[in-house]
Amino acid sequence: MVKIGEVIESTTTGFIAEAYELYELPVFGSLVKVVELDSEIFGIVCQAGTSSIEPGRRPIARGKDAPSQETVYETNPQLLKLLRSEFNVVNVGYQSGGKIYQYLPPKPPRIHAFVHTCDADEIKTFSQSLDFLGILTIENMTVPAEELVAAVLREMSRVQDDPQAFLVAAGKSLTSMLGGDYQRLRAILGRIRIQK
Amino acid sequence: MTDIESKTMGIVVSGSVEKGVEVRLDTQSSVEDMVVGRYVTIEGKKRRFFGMITDISLGVTDEAIMQTPPDTSDRFTAEVLDGTATFGTLHVLPMLTIGGDAVSIVEGPQPVKTVPSHFSRVKLASEQDMDLVFGQEDEQRFWIGNPLDMETKLCLNLEELAKRSNGIFGKSGTGKTFLTRLLLIGMLQKSKAVNLIFDMHNEYGWEGSSESAGRKVKALKQLFPEKVSVFTLDEENSRRRGVSTDFTVRIGFDEIEPEDIALLKQTLNLTEPATEAVYQLRRRFGRDWMQKSLDLSDSEETKNLLQQMNIHESTFQNLRRGLSTIRRLPFIVPHAPVDAVKSILEYLDRGINVVLEFGRHRDMTAYVLVANMLARRIYSRYQEKTEASMAANLASPMPLIITIEEAHKFLNREVANYTIFGTIAREMRKYNVTLLVIDQRPSAIDEEVMSQLGTKITCLLDNEKDIDSVLAGVSGKNELKTVLARLAPKQQALIFGHAVPMPVPIKTREWGSEASYKEFSSGRDSKKRAEKDIEELFD
Repeated sequence: MVKIGEVIESTTTGFIAEAYELYELPVFGSLVKVVELDSEIFGIVCQAGTSSIEPGRRPIARGKDAPSQETVYETNPQLLKLLRSEFNVVNVGYQSGGKIYQYLPPKPPRIHAFVHTCDADEIKTFSQSLDFLGILTIENMTVPAEELVAAVLREMSRVQDDPQAFLVAAGKSLTSMLGGDYQRLRAILGRIRIQK
Repeated sequence: MTDIESKTMGIVVSGSVEKGVEVRLDTQSSVEDMVVGRYVTIEGKKRRFFGMITDISLGVTDEAIMQTPPDTSDRFTAEVLDGTATFGTLHVLPMLTIGGDAVSIVEGPQPVKTVPSHFSRVKLASEQDMDLVFGQEDEQRFWIGNPLDMETKLCLNLEELAKRSNGIFGKSGTGKTFLTRLLLIGMLQKSKAVNLIFDMHNEYGWEGSSESAGRKVKALKQLFPEKVSVFTLDEENSRRRGVSTDFTVRIGFDEIEPEDIALLKQTLNLTEPATEAVYQLRRRFGRDWMQKSLDLSDSEETKNLLQQMNIHESTFQNLRRGLSTIRRLPFIVPHAPVDAVKSILEYLDRGINVVLEFGRHRDMTAYVLVANMLARRIYSRYQEKTEASMAANLASPMPLIITIEEAHKFLNREVANYTIFGTIAREMRKYNVTLLVIDQRPSAIDEEVMSQLGTKITCLLDNEKDIDSVLAGVSGKNELKTVLARLAPKQQALIFGHAVPMPVPIKTREWGSEASYKEFSSGRDSKKRAEKDIEELFD
């Protein structure tokens, strides 16, 4: 697991973290965790972006005469200090006393807590149950729920022994969670189907 | 086989006592493995239910799936939907409760009075469950066939069967005759009743033909020579077929009564006044009425006579024509040399079964006349004997079962009141006589008579009215309709009524091979031999 960011806003349903390195953001839909004293809080990256440190000051286009994007950054080193990358995470579970629970944590993470990516084994363990998908389907977010769920399943399928079987099982869980809503289900299935 | 049977295949999701329960199939169980007519057990919270699959259907959680189904090349979506948004449903009719409460354990399976609770598990019935419900082959139970797709022997309780009249129905060519022969063999083997069979097509006496085997199969006299005697109406025909008969039946004019003519109204095309006239002629001329009526010449005397009796000229001609038709039958003679009824009764009293062959006299006139006449007189003798034995507190005469084919000719609404068979059916076992009716048009049989039949065995029927009449008054009728309509055209039948604890579709027992003949004849003997062997062990 790699330390990639720090919590700068936190609530029960999720948190916002700033990435330590500009543009080194976790993948949309990936599983991340925050390590607290007695527990670990798991979340899914549901939004990511880069913007000016000062909300009032917007970036200005600088590359009109530059041959490439890299040149812009080379000739304007102050940019690295003026911009920052942030990502939003929705809480989907926590680990306490050696057991994993897939519902909202009793207490949100603290400000300045470190955010880590999860390694393959951790993802595999967490994905043994798909109950957390329910939180994503009902959560009112800026990103369409179908996109997020599809991204989560794509990411998680990558570490499975049998990705196809995992996706079929996930699809079945989703069918009942969506109350048989065929249109929403089709939207998600279309986005996770393994392309041959 | 046990593995498949003990696995849960679905759960109960809805239902009622009246209409049966809906079972949602598990993902692993395929709709295509299910068969209408198979038995299942339902593990309720407090008791176990035993029922039959009566319908199988497909369902979806969202109608949109039917309108925009996944592309045929999209196996992924189809697999995801399978068992979650698309599923199979069984409609099951619970018929008995087995085990679980004290009453069931003591008294055996009970009728169903409630439904299993939500999400009760459903499994295919095991061999043990079937044995528990239907009982095993024994002294009184005759193995008649197997429930569909099972090895269990389905055994009929012959004692229950003999308590009431019964019926065997089915379209022509579905195996009614085969089934009747089998049932008669069972009754000869195991029941305490004696049989009188009016064998219209010469199928039950010595040998019969088997459509599927294309050869002859042994019939009653060959299998039980000392218990069966063959009577014939047509000695020559019987001899030509190589059948040795014990008696040739002749019927005298003076044995024919007005009721016998009334029954032949349709067959002889008699008018209503003509049938009425017969009664008057009988009153007028006494026992020799028929001879005398035929002898009447076209004279003034005759005209006056008819006027006196209020019989119209044309009516009389119509009647004369009918009576002549009867007279032309070769076995009708002015005066019979030996009383056929007396002979039949002698054999029956000795416990010997009688099969009456019709030889080449297969037209309805002959059949209806002879069967009704003989039965009428035999029944009245039985009435006398039963009443006499009751008065003197003696044993009643041996129960008699009369087998008639084309039963709708005797038991349709118009004539049911005239025939002795209608009376026998209605009086049940009052005088120790019951019927076994064989027919392919049950809708033509009087409803009241149908309702008196205790057990019905039905092969495939496809006429809506026939199906309705056979299933009238049976609980779960609508569900059984589906099962009945799905029977194979040959060798399958649905049995329901008093002789079985619940309706059961069966595949008829195979027989016609040498080995199977041994099974029939050695039934009783082998048991006696076994008993003797055991006795000798202890000497």
